[in-house]
Amino acid sequence: MTLSEFFHMGGYAFYVWTAYGITLVVLLINILLPMQQHHKQLNRIARRVRRQRRNL
Amino acid sequence: MIRYLHQLGSAPRFYSFSTSLLPWLSAACIVLLLAGLYGGLVMAPTDYQQGDSYRIIYIHVPSAWMSLFIYMVMAAAGVVGLVWHIKLAEIISISSAPIGAAFAFLALVTGSLWGKPMWGAWWVWDARLTSELLLLFLYLGVIALYGAIEDKRNASRAAAILALVGVVNIPIIHYSVEWWNTLHQGPTVTKFDAPSIHVSMLVPLLLMALAFKLYYAIAVLLRARCELLVRERNSAWAAELVTERVKGKS
Amino acid sequence: MNQTSLSNAFYQLFRRDLLLAFRHRAEAANPPLFFVLVITLFALGLGAESQLLKSMAPGVIWVAALLAAVLSLDSIFRSDFEDGSLEQFLITEHPLAILVLSKVAAHWLITGVPLLLVAPLLGVLLGLPSGAMATLMITLALGTPVLSLIGAIAVALTVGLRRGGVILSLLVLPLYVPVLIFATSAVETSTAGIPVVGQLSMLAAFLAGAITLAPPAVAAALRVSMN
Repeated sequence: MTLSEFFHMGGYAFYVWTAYGITLVVLLINILLPMQQHHKQLNRIARRVRRQRRNL
Repeated sequence: MIRYLHQLGSAPRFYSFSTSLLPWLSAACIVLLLAGLYGGLVMAPTDYQQGDSYRIIYIHVPSAWMSLFIYMVMAAAGVVGLVWHIKLAEIISISSAPIGAAFAFLALVTGSLWGKPMWGAWWVWDARLTSELLLLFLYLGVIALYGAIEDKRNASRAAAILALVGVVNIPIIHYSVEWWNTLHQGPTVTKFDAPSIHVSMLVPLLLMALAFKLYYAIAVLLRARCELLVRERNSAWAAELVTERVKGKS
Repeated sequence: MNQTSLSNAFYQLFRRDLLLAFRHRAEAANPPLFFVLVITLFALGLGAESQLLKSMAPGVIWVAALLAAVLSLDSIFRSDFEDGSLEQFLITEHPLAILVLSKVAAHWLITGVPLLLVAPLLGVLLGLPSGAMATLMITLALGTPVLSLIGAIAVALTVGLRRGGVILSLLVLPLYVPVLIFATSAVETSTAGIPVVGQLSMLAAFLAGAITLAPPAVAAALRVSMN
């Protein structure tokens, strides 16, 4: 099987690769979004801790 | 009092435990995913009836399985949270909802993309697709209810009750829809599930299913850690965690 | 304070709700009015072709009934929540689930039965054959209490929310699917003159299940919402 045959998917390239593409995007979003929020939350807590230290 | 201490104690422990667990889970998930994809897209033979379009099965079926599995986990964790007031179970329960909804959505989209070349239409009121759509609505209900209630502890308990009601109803809905479908089955609908599936097609499917399960574990841990930090943002352990991170960087 | 027996508490609450509804008679007319209006709109939207209307009648009537039921759900606990009597129910010595059952029964009598009463009229409007009319009535009699019982769970979960109405329909409509499927199928089959005992016994089973399972769920939901 050649590479172009592989990407051609026997004529169903559009359906197969769209399905896999959408799946990849949705799964990545579900990982990246919580990671980003986690990071933000840590920064927020860090700012609060620093503020409290200064006020002591 | 003991319960209170238990809760405080378990939150930072869960956090550090998940920190050490996540790299291992991710590695295992990626290996399984690559193996499943290679097996499914390259190794598995072309189906004699459907050509290569059947390869969507390797994400469609695991997604559908996961959407149901995650609903069960969500309801079970919800019950644990309701009965024993365990904060972590509440968080796991509600963190599962968006992931389950994502899988239900994926099962629908990939089903539609598979259906177009097979049925000649993007959407057919097939029994399984219709049940999956209703499952997605049930997920969206849980998410909407959780989002609408201000107090997050109350919100997760309300969401857990709703999830439990959903679990009781899912089999009833499923069988009703199946019965309805046999009644109204149009001429375009052709059942094409093969009675037996060849091993070279089955093994990648199982690999993908396992990879999706691990993916769920990773995603739910990430969400739960985030939610935990938000809820416990004023606690001592959160402050400690942050100062340790700063030390580690400098 | 007098100790009241459980059956007396059930009856008193039931009477009180009916009395309150009687004093707000105008409100009770809303669900059946809505029901009739939706059917009229369907006829206008689909055109006056009687064959099309006849074939769609079971589904259209039942979907309209579902929407009317959802619209009226909010009133089960709303006034009790606003004047604080809901909190009183939570702290009585009687099991909350039984009190809930009393409230739902009264609510069904106020909002569900009027739908039943106008249904024959709608059947006539849409040209439903007279043989199917009796089936339609039976499915409504068996189905609408189920709608009230399942709906009460969702109302209990959203009672504290200021904009609970939109969420309510999202929570409740997917759970109504089995009732819709079996009820419309019963009406449709009886149009063809085929016996429909199977569908009707399924609806009766749903009703039995909802009567036993829904009140405890409503009680649990109320306790969470009033927390």
